[in-house]
Amino acid sequence: MWDSLHLLAFSPPGWGGVLLKGLFVTVFVALGAYGVGLLIGFAGAVGKIHGGPVLRTILEIYTTLIRAVPELVLILLLFYSGQSLINSIMDGLGSGRVDINPIAAGIGVLGFVQGAYTTEVIRAAMLAVPKGQVEAAFAYGMSRGKMLWRIMVPSMIPFAIPGLANLWLIVTKDTALLAVVGSSELATVTRQAAGSTRNYLLFFIAAAVLYLMLSLVSTYLIRKLERRYRPVSRTSKLNAQTAGGR
Amino acid sequence: MVWDWLPVYFEQLLGGLWVTLQLVVICAGFGMAAAIPIGLVQVTGPKWLANIALGFCTVIRGTPLLIQLWLIYYGLGSVFPSIPGIRESVFWPYLRAAYPYAVFAFSLSVAGYVGEVMRGAFAGVPKGELEAAHAMGMGPFTVLRRVWLPRALQNVFPTLAGELVLTLKATPLAATITIQELFGVGTQIRQDTYRVYEPLLLIAGIYIVLTGIIVLVMRYFENRIPRPASV
Repeated sequence: MWDSLHLLAFSPPGWGGVLLKGLFVTVFVALGAYGVGLLIGFAGAVGKIHGGPVLRTILEIYTTLIRAVPELVLILLLFYSGQSLINSIMDGLGSGRVDINPIAAGIGVLGFVQGAYTTEVIRAAMLAVPKGQVEAAFAYGMSRGKMLWRIMVPSMIPFAIPGLANLWLIVTKDTALLAVVGSSELATVTRQAAGSTRNYLLFFIAAAVLYLMLSLVSTYLIRKLERRYRPVSRTSKLNAQTAGGR
Repeated sequence: MVWDWLPVYFEQLLGGLWVTLQLVVICAGFGMAAAIPIGLVQVTGPKWLANIALGFCTVIRGTPLLIQLWLIYYGLGSVFPSIPGIRESVFWPYLRAAYPYAVFAFSLSVAGYVGEVMRGAFAGVPKGELEAAHAMGMGPFTVLRRVWLPRALQNVFPTLAGELVLTLKATPLAATITIQELFGVGTQIRQDTYRVYEPLLLIAGIYIVLTGIIVLVMRYFENRIPRPASV
């Protein structure tokens, strides 16, 4: 293995540059999926707390099903169904079929999966905010939107951070699953590099090191963030079990 | 929707389900057995051992399981044949199959994640209880067996139930190294019949049922365990 280290050189025939580019795509996809997940999660949490019975039931089904099915199965299912959905819409509009950008598809699929977990984290955080604060906001004549934005969001952040941080670490690792549908993120390019050079051990170790670095840097930044938004009370343990994924 | 393939592949699906269940039980068992010492040495062990255990948990939890699986199967798997004499040894049939690599990788993963849980669990048992057990004349091993471990498990039982579900949800990765577990059989059906959705939906449904069963069974046991006294 050691005499083949030159394969990690940055310029061809070395694969180092390719791997780094894959890492970049991985971070990009993870950020995108995390963002999509946050949007879905916030809307889902508001819907679960304030919505009517129909909306609440739909959201309950969404979070339960997504969290019960393996991510790998979900990715395949959403990938193909999303693709044919978009294509049938395009057909309906009269324009031709489109090839969906695999990076955008990855962001969409992982974001949809993340949304289910994020919904639960944000919902728990919202429920942890003392009721009196919400009532006080309404008593001041704030509308529901204003209450959410001015009172709920700032005061739930300390409760949500541990769970959301956990979800970030999970989504960075879940991007590797996109290798089954073919993408350009780190796991996919690593498999290509390993396959074409027959140096499996070297390249998978290199990829593991890159993923580990991403996790360690993330953990360091999360710690700093947590220190900044230290929860006021000690009830923030409630998020510990809502997150999953390997 | 076309389901006419279902009777044809029924037995294969049952076989896949059996492999999946085997993987979950075996890997959860091995992983749990390793997780207890990994958690314990981080709380009470010598510094160097604690650091090794912490490093192990960090690496396992900081890298995707898919990469670990490929690293072990393709990486180690490509190194073994170059070891002289290994082809003649009794281990060779096992080193050529994919199944042992999957069991190894998943067990390591469970050990890493549950090891971290167990570290918190061991640390969370009030010191007074351990001192009391010690004062009763129990040796260190008896304290562990009769007080420390049961109390630790009691506190984190719901988390362990969650880890079991995560283990189930990790098993489809084994299909990427040619193991015909449930998801692998589903992929096979999709390739044979050109049906895109139906096999996936069926597989997803089976996983939902399995998750439900795990959750219900674990909840049953959780209710039978005496509630931990609030500190």
